[in-house]
Amino acid sequence: MLPSYLTMAAILFCIGLYGALTKRNAVIVLISVELMLNAVNLNLVAFSKYGVVPSLTGQIFSLFTISVAAAEVAVGIAILIALFRARGTINVDEYDEMRR
Amino acid sequence: MEPVTVYSQYAWLIPVFPLVSFIVLTAFGRGMRSAGMLIGMLGSLAALVLSVLVLLERMTNGDSPEYNYSFDWITIGDFQLNAGYDVTNLSALMLFVVSVVAFLVNLYSAGYLKEDERITVFFGYVALFTFSMLGLVLSDNLLTLYMFWELVGVCSFLLVGFWYTKPEARAAAKKAFIVTRVGDVGLLIAVLLLFWYMPEHDLSFAAIENVFGQTGTIAQGITTLIAILIFVGAAGKSGQFPLHVWLPDAMEGPTPISALIHAATMVAAGVFLVARTYSIFEASQAAMDTVAYVGAFTALFAATIGLVQNDIKRILAYSTVSQLGYMMLALGVGSLSGGIFHLFTHAFFKALLFLGAGSVIHAVHTQNIHEMGGLGRQMKITAWTFGIGALALTGIPPFSGFWSKDAILAVALDKNPFLFAVGILTAFFTALYMARLYFLVFAGKSGAAGKAHESPAVMTIPLVVLAAFAALSGFVELPWAGMGRLGAWLTGEEAAHSGSGLVLVVSTAIGLLGIYLGWLIYVKGAIPRDFISSRAPWLVRLLERKYYIDELYHAVFTVGLRASGRALDAFDTYIVGGAVRLISGAAVWAGRAGTRMQNGQVQTYGLWTVIGLLALILAIAGRRFW
Repeated sequence: MLPSYLTMAAILFCIGLYGALTKRNAVIVLISVELMLNAVNLNLVAFSKYGVVPSLTGQIFSLFTISVAAAEVAVGIAILIALFRARGTINVDEYDEMRR
Repeated sequence: MEPVTVYSQYAWLIPVFPLVSFIVLTAFGRGMRSAGMLIGMLGSLAALVLSVLVLLERMTNGDSPEYNYSFDWITIGDFQLNAGYDVTNLSALMLFVVSVVAFLVNLYSAGYLKEDERITVFFGYVALFTFSMLGLVLSDNLLTLYMFWELVGVCSFLLVGFWYTKPEARAAAKKAFIVTRVGDVGLLIAVLLLFWYMPEHDLSFAAIENVFGQTGTIAQGITTLIAILIFVGAAGKSGQFPLHVWLPDAMEGPTPISALIHAATMVAAGVFLVARTYSIFEASQAAMDTVAYVGAFTALFAATIGLVQNDIKRILAYSTVSQLGYMMLALGVGSLSGGIFHLFTHAFFKALLFLGAGSVIHAVHTQNIHEMGGLGRQMKITAWTFGIGALALTGIPPFSGFWSKDAILAVALDKNPFLFAVGILTAFFTALYMARLYFLVFAGKSGAAGKAHESPAVMTIPLVVLAAFAALSGFVELPWAGMGRLGAWLTGEEAAHSGSGLVLVVSTAIGLLGIYLGWLIYVKGAIPRDFISSRAPWLVRLLERKYYIDELYHAVFTVGLRASGRALDAFDTYIVGGAVRLISGAAVWAGRAGTRMQNGQVQTYGLWTVIGLLALILAIAGRRFW
């Protein structure tokens, strides 16, 4: 069973990575990052159930991750709104202050 | 008897005085003018005073052992290199000649170069030259002599190119340096060979004299080789054929320099060198013959070129080459005293002639003798002193050149009548070109250059002093038994005087004949001036082009060397430089590619991070398969 969970998580991670690297809309980028995070959560849960040493630690860990991710998304969206107000755009390729 | 060496002990101070003036002038000379001249003159005056004292001491104790002081210079393992100074009769005489001419030239330059902006630099260079030349004369071994030898070459280079804004002066300076270097390589090889073959690698002149004085210590072939190589060095410095080409061009330098370096002292260094290492030459008849024939050929060769030149200084330059040939001829036929005697008198009368020429150039601002004329009435002192110098050079009794030339010719007649004939022919040409020069410049109608005025006293005083020397210095050695004092003093035995009565008459007659012919052509006009050039234009052309030696060297050496220089330059530009450019280009390209990655887009950075991670994973995972 473990390989199918891991494959599922890997597919999810790759979709997230693709979205994070290619999408121009900042909201979609943020959602893609969530997707990658959740792929990791899936791994944690799968290993806690079918791993070499099964224990509850993995599941507790994923609960922590979910709550931290929720907080992180809230902060991320807030920053995005602030950025949108300041720049009038949510296209990530127009956020290139680092070059200047 | 304890030898008296009061002043000889302090002979090392003689070169130090001008060295101090050089250092002071170089360090603090900027902005000085009259103070700078004074420093230069004081240095050479101090050297002169001490040289005179040393000379007087050697004269009163002529047969006392020479004074030598040497110290350990370098010690490498068991090997020891000494350096020091020698006060011999020969070096005392040379010290006197060099410091007299140097002092008078310093004095003269104060007038001649009064208007020049870089006059303190000039005096500094002259002081450096005086130091090097005096050091060369005092050296007690070949190695330090070689160092000073190169130093005088450098000073010659600096002073010939003193007016470096003139392209001809720059070219002449380079030529002087490079051509003498060719000779110096010969000398260097000779020094190395001597170092190799001398017992205990001793390079001092005393040891050389000991070793070569007795036969059999060093093989005949090596002796000849060393002697010839030393002569190559001497020929480079003394302008002997085929290395004479630099000396006439060196006339681009200021005239006082021509008098000091290129007439009286540095060019005589070659003769001095041969005289100093004379025991090597005496040990090899082949080397002696080489010296004699090259000297005789140079004497005649340069005198014929001097006949047709139009530049007053160039005529004198070819005359210098010719007279140096005489000195070499004397050394080659075995007359050390004759060669040195001629060196001694020549230094005075040729310096006088150059300074006189400088006085004329100063007045009329041209060097072309056809544009001068009638200057005798306007410049009385210059004309009289120049006349004395010309008569001394021509060899008319009782002026100094007569006695020294006679000493050489007498020995030549005794040893080799052919060389004697060459010498006599040269004497005739010498008389002819000096008559041409003198009559065209000082006699006749005023030339195109117009009005002239006598030079200031600071320039005429050296002329008068040198004229006195030129007139009287010949009396130190007279060709009668018991009167050959210089020769006896220098070599310990008086020169033989066989057949010298004949020589006296013949050489005087030849000199007078040359002057009379010159007078007929250039004053009276009894023989038209184009008598030869209309009948044999190719001959005059050949002489005017100096036998096409410069062109020959250009075709044989310069072109080939320049081509190989170009090839090497191309190698440097395209192969060596190409490799360097390739490496730097690669670095620049890598940098450009790197900056392209830094485009400020977070997503691009993310992509590069992923690529990097993948590479890392591949590298770690791939290690299993190696």
